[in-house]
Amino acid sequence: MSDKTVLDVKGLNCPLPILRAKKAIKDLAAGAILEVQATDPGSVKDFDAFCRQTGNSLLGQQEAGGVYTFQIQKN
Amino acid sequence: MSEANAKSMSIIVTKGSLDWGYPPLILATTAASMGLNVTLFFTFYGLALLKKKLDVQVTPLGNAAMEMPMMGMHMAMPNIIGMIPGVDSMATSMMKNMIKKKGVASLEELRDLAIEAEVRFIVCQMTMDLFEYKQEDMIDGLEYAGAATYIETATQSEINLFI
Repeated sequence: MSDKTVLDVKGLNCPLPILRAKKAIKDLAAGAILEVQATDPGSVKDFDAFCRQTGNSLLGQQEAGGVYTFQIQKN
Repeated sequence: MSEANAKSMSIIVTKGSLDWGYPPLILATTAASMGLNVTLFFTFYGLALLKKKLDVQVTPLGNAAMEMPMMGMHMAMPNIIGMIPGVDSMATSMMKNMIKKKGVASLEELRDLAIEAEVRFIVCQMTMDLFEYKQEDMIDGLEYAGAATYIETATQSEINLFI
């Protein structure tokens, strides 16, 4: 069983990816992982700052074909 | 939100055009999503952002840095063109199209998100009187107060901005 939730915010611009992610994280259990898929290049720095400020862990981030993928673990 | 030891931010919102409406609402919603307690104090033209029927415009007049992307180039508008009747509504619909195309939230959407995130909206009562605005023309959930209420909030906030 996978406890990974995928959030597609491709095509959305600042600050919507962060706002949508925040909403999705709220519904998760502690330790669960949210995978965010975004196309906003600004989200690379922003998810870093968002995770530091909110105390969630940014486990990893990748870029492929203009899509930025972030794995965020809820703490 | 609303954790007792959370940091706080306040913004004085003084502008009510389509372009100037974005910075306070983007910062407010983002800060709220990062766990801050956020207060917006709307005064003067900022009140235009609180009308039930949001009808804000953008004007190229006096805005030397405003250039619209057009066919791979950028088009600036000299003031004399900005003065022609209808140019503001043309610029407004151009900007709204751009906003939609680029996946940028509408002001209505950001305002709704701010309310949902429990951002506190204080409205300057003096401006209500000055411009003869009616409370029934404004969205619900607003706090009508004055400068002292803002100052008290500002003294308790780590971040205080004026936009």
